Amino acid sequence: MRTYTSRFTSSLIILALMGTLFSTSGCKKARPPSESSESATLSGGAGTPGSQDVIRIGEVGSMTGSEATFGISTHMGISLAIKQINAAGGVKGKKLEVLTLDDQGKPEEAATAVTKLITQNQVAAILGEVASSRSIAMAPIAQGHKVPMITPSSTNPRVTEQGDYIFRVCFIDPFQGTVMAKFAAESLKVKKVAILKDVKNDYSVGLAKYFTETFIKLGGEILVEQSFSSGDIDFKSQLTSIRAKKPEAIFIPGYYTEVGLIARQARELGLTVPLMGGDGWDSPKLKEIGGVALNNSYYSNHYSAEDKSPEVQGFITEFQKAFHVIPDGMAAMGYDAAKVLADSMNRAKSLNAQDVRDAIAATKNYQGVTGKITLDEKRNAIKSAVVLKVENGEARYQQTINP
Amino acid sequence: MALEFLQHLVNGLSLGSIYALIALGYTMVFGVLKLINFAHGDVYMIGAFVGYFSARFFRFDDHSSLTGLFVTLGCAMSGSAALAFLIERFAYRPLRKAPRVNLLITAVGVSLFLQFTGQLVFGSDPKFFPQVYVPTGDWSYGELKINVLQVVVFGISILLMGLLQFIVFKTRLGRAMRAVSFNHDLASLMGIPTQKIISITFMIGSALAGAAGVLVGLIYPKIDPLMGVMPGLKCFVAAVLGGIGNITGAVVGALILGMAEELLVGYWAPTYRDALAFAILILILLFRPTGLFGVNRTEKV
Repeated sequence: MRTYTSRFTSSLIILALMGTLFSTSGCKKARPPSESSESATLSGGAGTPGSQDVIRIGEVGSMTGSEATFGISTHMGISLAIKQINAAGGVKGKKLEVLTLDDQGKPEEAATAVTKLITQNQVAAILGEVASSRSIAMAPIAQGHKVPMITPSSTNPRVTEQGDYIFRVCFIDPFQGTVMAKFAAESLKVKKVAILKDVKNDYSVGLAKYFTETFIKLGGEILVEQSFSSGDIDFKSQLTSIRAKKPEAIFIPGYYTEVGLIARQARELGLTVPLMGGDGWDSPKLKEIGGVALNNSYYSNHYSAEDKSPEVQGFITEFQKAFHVIPDGMAAMGYDAAKVLADSMNRAKSLNAQDVRDAIAATKNYQGVTGKITLDEKRNAIKSAVVLKVENGEARYQQTINP
Repeated sequence: MALEFLQHLVNGLSLGSIYALIALGYTMVFGVLKLINFAHGDVYMIGAFVGYFSARFFRFDDHSSLTGLFVTLGCAMSGSAALAFLIERFAYRPLRKAPRVNLLITAVGVSLFLQFTGQLVFGSDPKFFPQVYVPTGDWSYGELKINVLQVVVFGISILLMGLLQFIVFKTRLGRAMRAVSFNHDLASLMGIPTQKIISITFMIGSALAGAAGVLVGLIYPKIDPLMGVMPGLKCFVAAVLGGIGNITGAVVGALILGMAEELLVGYWAPTYRDALAFAILILILLFRPTGLFGVNRTEKV
């Protein structure tokens, strides 16, 4: 009986491993982007293919998955911008039309989606993604087909290094890391910081690196650097090890789903020190998951809804009229990305890809919601960042840090 | 230093006790059917979602209470049990006489079916589990912090495991289950309604997974349709580690796995968290394929 059981168990193990393979490969095919192309109607009017008086723009975003609010917010921002541009007469007399594909928060789906938009829908330009890992997957494809791509809010430097057709309208992580390091050293006046980063995420790894560089330069000390993988739900062991080192603050450059859980578990373990992060925290879902555990936390972002400037307040009024929510940073970035693209197309000599690319590269002092946008020779925007403080679920403006 | 180690152990126990609830389902189903029910992790996911919807339906998140917790648990457990009944009746029972590999492949199919139906119906974005019971305060001894919620979750797990132990070893039903696990044909010759017992065993195992779903939702309030994949595989390893088919073994295996994971992440390599379970699986198959407790045949369910 014993040998029977053992031999049987071993054969089961092989099947078990096969089962794992099945289920992971199955996940990837969960919902091919082609099915979600019906979401193109979200932005109003799928349009007739091949018609001469529309310019098609492709958008790739995470409409579902663990970073769903990134995609949804960005999409709302882009939709609002496109609606306004079309109401004002469109670009060179043509209306803009956005085709949106969902990548479910997976780099491989993002690559498939961008290929489909370029080869089948023949879009004139690409907007997206938010997450750097997914933009890095998309960029070589857009570059290969010579289709201009603007990412609204991917901050990892490697994104635009993929080629001269890839642009961004946000700041990059070397700057964002500096912002939080400066804020920690100068405003919070902390000397000893622990880092908890997501090793599966290009954005998180990069931001942790740049934070460390500046923070050490400013005389600070990184006590311990712990890591997790996106999708984890238990962070108590990392936090217990961090707690033993007695840090004065913890830097968590992750995305909001994990950050909310980390904040909760940190407070449960009695870690009351400030938590800090980057624009990956920016989501209405953050407070839902983290709740009051996020009090005494700070993160850098592209804009603050409390900014009193007429551009910001005008945008918020229009946005609320359309969607009945206060726009987060991702929505503002999506809006700016679409506006910069339309502005460049208007300035371009013609609508062919090379001219549009040159026009985007020449963007200078464009007044967006998230500040004045000027693209440097590396196709990155040079902009200031704001630091927000989380108080009972509200993100309060703390200070602006200039490059 | 010692307190840090103790804290890791406490965290590990609370994680392990949830693993144990899931591992029990694997071990029970294996006991009666000699089947690794790969859909088990997804039954756990469905349990979490039934808990999520019932807690929102009864508005328990507005005012947290123990009653709320127990009603949510009850709903999730009956929901998973009902699902298990359907799975057993329509997916596994027609294959009772077929080779066992067919059954195993069907289990993988059911698992995928539940995952993708879940994505279709619930959406693939994570949901925030309503906080049906939020105890205040914690017990602390210097650095060592024990959260009341952790204790409650641990207590409920132990209670459910005790209940299971009682059913299996002290009741007529339990005796019938043990008989069926020993030999189907002999059991039915003795007048035991084999089909019915198999069905009930499935339902009990799945109810425990459903309870685990709610308890996970309480401590780690993020649930999504693919949440069952990893815990499902890990708890299968826990069951094999303890000796599959053995109830005590499943619990011990799960507690060991939970604590080993926390210690590995805390002291060495956080990124190998998921790899650990499979490393343990390979080692146990190489050196002790029957598992830690897999010798005593008479105790199997």
